[in-house]
Amino acid sequence: MDITRFISTHRKLLLVGFLVLILIFIITLPLYAGKSDVRVLTTVLMYVVLAVSWAMFSGTTGYMSLAPAAFFGLGIYTMALLQKELPFFLIIPIGGLVSFAFALLVGLVTLRLKGIYFAIFTFGLVVFMTEIIQFLETRLWQRHGWQIIPIDNEILLYTIFGLVVVTVLATYFIRRSRYGLALLSIGGNEEAAEHMGINTTRTKVLIFAISSAFMGAAGVITAPGLIYVNANIAFSLFYSFMPILMAVFGGMGQLYGPIVGAVIFGYLEKTLRAQLYSYFMLGFGIILVAVILFLPNGIAGLVPTLQDKLGGVIQKLRKGGQAGQHADT
Amino acid sequence: MPILEGQGVNKYFGGLAAVSNVDFHVDQGEILGLIGPNGAGKTTLFNLISAALPISSGEIRFKGQKLNGLKPHQICQMGVSRTFQETKVFANMPVFQNVLVGAFFGSPNRVSGADAAREASQALEFVGLSAMSATPIKDLTLVDQKRVEVARALATKPELLLLDELMAGLNPAEVSEAMELVTRIRDTGITIFMVEHVMKAIMGICERIMVLHHGEKIAEGTCNEVSCDKRVIDVYLGEETHAGS
Repeated sequence: MDITRFISTHRKLLLVGFLVLILIFIITLPLYAGKSDVRVLTTVLMYVVLAVSWAMFSGTTGYMSLAPAAFFGLGIYTMALLQKELPFFLIIPIGGLVSFAFALLVGLVTLRLKGIYFAIFTFGLVVFMTEIIQFLETRLWQRHGWQIIPIDNEILLYTIFGLVVVTVLATYFIRRSRYGLALLSIGGNEEAAEHMGINTTRTKVLIFAISSAFMGAAGVITAPGLIYVNANIAFSLFYSFMPILMAVFGGMGQLYGPIVGAVIFGYLEKTLRAQLYSYFMLGFGIILVAVILFLPNGIAGLVPTLQDKLGGVIQKLRKGGQAGQHADT
Repeated sequence: MPILEGQGVNKYFGGLAAVSNVDFHVDQGEILGLIGPNGAGKTTLFNLISAALPISSGEIRFKGQKLNGLKPHQICQMGVSRTFQETKVFANMPVFQNVLVGAFFGSPNRVSGADAAREASQALEFVGLSAMSATPIKDLTLVDQKRVEVARALATKPELLLLDELMAGLNPAEVSEAMELVTRIRDTGITIFMVEHVMKAIMGICERIMVLHHGEKIAEGTCNEVSCDKRVIDVYLGEETHAGS
């Protein structure tokens, strides 16, 4: 009977306990699970980074970016080009920086565009990147794709988990800061935000670049698991659409929304793809349509509703019990 | 002494002169009313002052400093804040956060979190919405949303406040409340420049009135002077009388 009260009073403790459990699960997984499970978890965590960093920009400002693949692919190519020159752990921040700088440039030019025009431009950017890299490879470097030296699965798992922690912490602190408030106000009404003293252009471009840095770093860490990459693999639009689908499915109002969405969809994608080839996309499409129709705030939006309903039921039961007691006396 | 001055202000939309060669000034500490029929260029003039639109030619000065070429956020930080004819609230936030945005970013200096929160709650109290702090702004009535916009503008600590049709769509009791609010704001030392259609409000609280028609200034002066001006009666008040009869 006092479970609900216990949950509400010990909220922080429970949250910490839950996070510790996840930490233990991820760290110990390689000890008892097979190679393929480690790889599935690595992919899931990669999607967590992509979905959380996508929501960091698009979820707050309301600008629909279809460009995650461009910055993710840039990370993969940074790894491909530098793998023999520099140690892996140095390439990760470099990949992030390359994406950051490129996003800064793109953002300065395009963040004047509004609504659908911005979305279309970012979509075009991914296609453009694919074409230009292909052109460079065939004409300049006379090659098709790159071999990437594999790295131990466990190392990749722990590295991407480290990046997840950094990304989630960054999002957490941005959401709590005045910068987060400025981002939200742009999403609420950009013109009003501008008139309340916010330099909206600078704010938008900066968060676009920060979120892209995480995507780039994720690209570097993902590259070794792919073994072979070319422009079509690295800049696949799949990497643009999946994070969006995950963030929308999970709900962008809460920090954990995109994480939940990425874990569910990342796992389904990895496991179903092997059995159903590309038909699994059909199922994803149906789920996405259903979510948009029935759960506009995603899974995270379901929580307060459920709390209300459950709370109501519990209260009713309590009252019923008390009424029963009164009747007895 | 004028706090805001405009000289030969022009704004063209293609071939149409929305604001045409307007000279104006707002004196420190006064309430200046701006009236005119629909499409007279009142909101356009406000948009030129707050830099929502770039000025075509002419010059606007705030406390002697030229505003031409500045961005809206810079003008806000200089001390000119505004509300909007069509309310533009941050629909994704509760009331308090709406006002907090103004408190955080409206000042050229970095405001600490505690100071911003204090200013925001003071501004909300000033407009009488303290009880609504935590309410999602979408759940407020239009009247209250307009008051949140006023609180948000006040939280930026302006010296000049531009009110764009604050009283449109309000019932008589609410108009009286809004008039009282505007007077109280002026009494704190903030100069007010307001566009209004509600004549009772304009006549009741404005010290001076300026009349725009087809983008041109056709009259300026005290309430009595303006309401006796023949051109004003022809283009503006005349219509009202006919409509009334």
